[in-house]
This record gives sequence, structure tokens and C-alpha cells, in this order.
Amino acid sequence: MEWKLDDSRPIWIQLQEQLTRKILSGWYRVGEKLPSVRELAAEAGVNPNTMQRALAALDHDGLTVTNRTMGRTVTEDRAILEGLRGTLAENIIRQFYDSAAELGYTKEQAQELLKRRDG
Amino acid sequence: MGGMLIQCQDVWKSYGSRPALHGLNLQLESGKIVGLLGPNGSGKTTLIKILNGLLTADNGMVLVDGSEPGVYTKSIISYLPDKPYFAGWMKVSDLFDLFEDFYMDFDREKADHMCRALQIDEKLRMKTLSKGTKEKVQLILVMSRRAKLYLLDEPIAGVDPAARDYILSTILNNYNPEGTVLISTHLISDVERVLDEVLFIQNGQIIRQALVDDIREKEGKSVDELFRDMFRTVPFGGGEW
Repeated sequence: MEWKLDDSRPIWIQLQEQLTRKILSGWYRVGEKLPSVRELAAEAGVNPNTMQRALAALDHDGLTVTNRTMGRTVTEDRAILEGLRGTLAENIIRQFYDSAAELGYTKEQAQELLKRRDG
Repeated sequence: MGGMLIQCQDVWKSYGSRPALHGLNLQLESGKIVGLLGPNGSGKTTLIKILNGLLTADNGMVLVDGSEPGVYTKSIISYLPDKPYFAGWMKVSDLFDLFEDFYMDFDREKADHMCRALQIDEKLRMKTLSKGTKEKVQLILVMSRRAKLYLLDEPIAGVDPAARDYILSTILNNYNPEGTVLISTHLISDVERVLDEVLFIQNGQIIRQALVDDIREKEGKSVDELFRDMFRTVPFGGGEW
């Protein structure tokens, strides 16, 4: 999985988003140990302090758990994972409606388009 | 975070009547990778040379790890000059011998390892190497020291984009995490993501010091774009020739 960073937003936020996606998509499995800060920073080609900030945000969200012996692992609390997966899906749906609205579609028309495409 | 590694207070320097540093103030902590950004002639190289003791300030206070530039500070500073200074007849391995003699903190194994990774033959003489390879050898020498302060003056200017990526990852993978790396460059968009913090220098003064992500958050644009906005010069408007 490639790291993609754009120019307008803070780097740590983009790293946090991409790590979140890697965890929710199962790239890092439940209970799996994450690589060290330095390894991840080198892989993404970013400053280790920036990567550290992104990882601290994952801890804060409860997606990862840090302890002295094991280092940082993906949480085994499936409720947290499911909750965040739901939030992420909701964002995608909202973006879809927003983009459709920009093109002049009402919410109902946008839903109709979706149905027609899949049906 | 550590204490203040660099302290400059009201530092002045001129070359004859031409001022280079104009009452410069700067404080920099340990454990950071910092970009020194400014237009041509803004004082970047002068500042770096004063920090490493190659030049002395006309006035003001300069402290590196609590000491004035001198024997001690040279032992903790690893400096990459903006031009290569090696004799052409020397082999890469001769340079490694030299650095091993000169610097207690030079890690020969690390240097050998980087040479192999970059497929540079240590038996070759400097004059036979391409410009880009010479720069790589120089970077290997500098990054193989376990220094407290790395001063890199335009480390990626002369190499192609692929080698740039390699050099940046070499810096990321090899700098001493308790040390600070100060990189002067024009190629901001290439280095932006490896930096913690940036210093904008203009007319011999630090006019802004900020975290990269704070700039992106506040300004909604990259450091590269901010630089272009700050130092935009109005094109010559014509008139009569």
C-alpha cells in the first residue's frame, strides 16, 4: 500500500487517515503489532516526529494500544473497529451526496441514480 | 526534547560593506529535522559557516550545545559543504580513513554499508566519480558520524530526483535521533515531508520559525507554496530598453 500525501493539509492528519484505513481494511490485523515509529516514518518518507503524532492520534481513537512489552498493537476491541468503520462509511456517503448536489441532483435523485446503477 | 542546541543572539556579519547577517536571532532544540529556507543571498550559507566555525561573526552571541564555535563544537558538528572539497587523487577508502582518524564518532561500518547499498566502489578515486556520486560519497561521510548537529548545505541540489529520494531516506534512517539536522535548500517540496520545523531567512534575519504542520494547518497550503508567496518577485515590468 502506497503512502499518498497532498500539499494542502497537515501531514500528520493524512498519515493518521491512511493508518486508520490500513487497520480497518485488515492490512494490519486485529491484535497485530505495528512496525516501530522509525520504520513507519522511513517507509512513508516522513519525519519520525510527524509519524509519532499520527500514531498517538490512533492511540487516542482507541484503534491501537501501546504497552511496554508489546509495543503498539491493533486493538482487539471489535466494537471500536466497527464503530470507526461505520464513521468512515458515513463520510464516504456524505461526500457522495455533496458531490451529487454540486452537479444539481437532489438527495432523492442521487439515491435513484445509485439504485439504477446497481439494479 | 532536550535543551537548546543552537542559540544565536543578535548576530552580525558582513563581507566588506555588504551585510550578510543582520542581527540574527535563533533558538533550536535537539531532536529535530529543520529546514533553512530563503532566497539566494539571504544568509543561509553564512549562518551555517558561522555555526560550524568556518567564519566568525562580527558581533553577537553564537552557542552550539552551550559552547562558542571551536574545538568542542567541531567534534559534535557534522558538516556537508555546498561544494565538494576533496582531492581528486584520493580513493573513497582514503576519505573513510581520514574521517576515522579525525572524528571519534565516525562509524566505519556504517559508511561501508552505505557504500555497498549505493554500489559505490571504495577503491575508486574521487576524480573518476560523477558529480552525483561525489555528492553521495560526501553525504555518506557526513551521515556516518554520530553527531549532535548535522549541518547540510544544499544536500540534494546536484542529484536527480531518484537519488534525492535516496538521500532523504538516508538522512531519515541515519541521523542520530538525539541530534538535530539543519538542511538548507531551495528544493522545498522535495524535503518538506521530512522536516519538523522550518526557518525562513531573509536579508540576514530569521523572519519566521514554525512547524511544517502548523503552517499547513494555519495557511491551508504547503511550505513550498508559502515560500513562493512570501518571496514572490514582481517580474520586470518592461519600460523602455
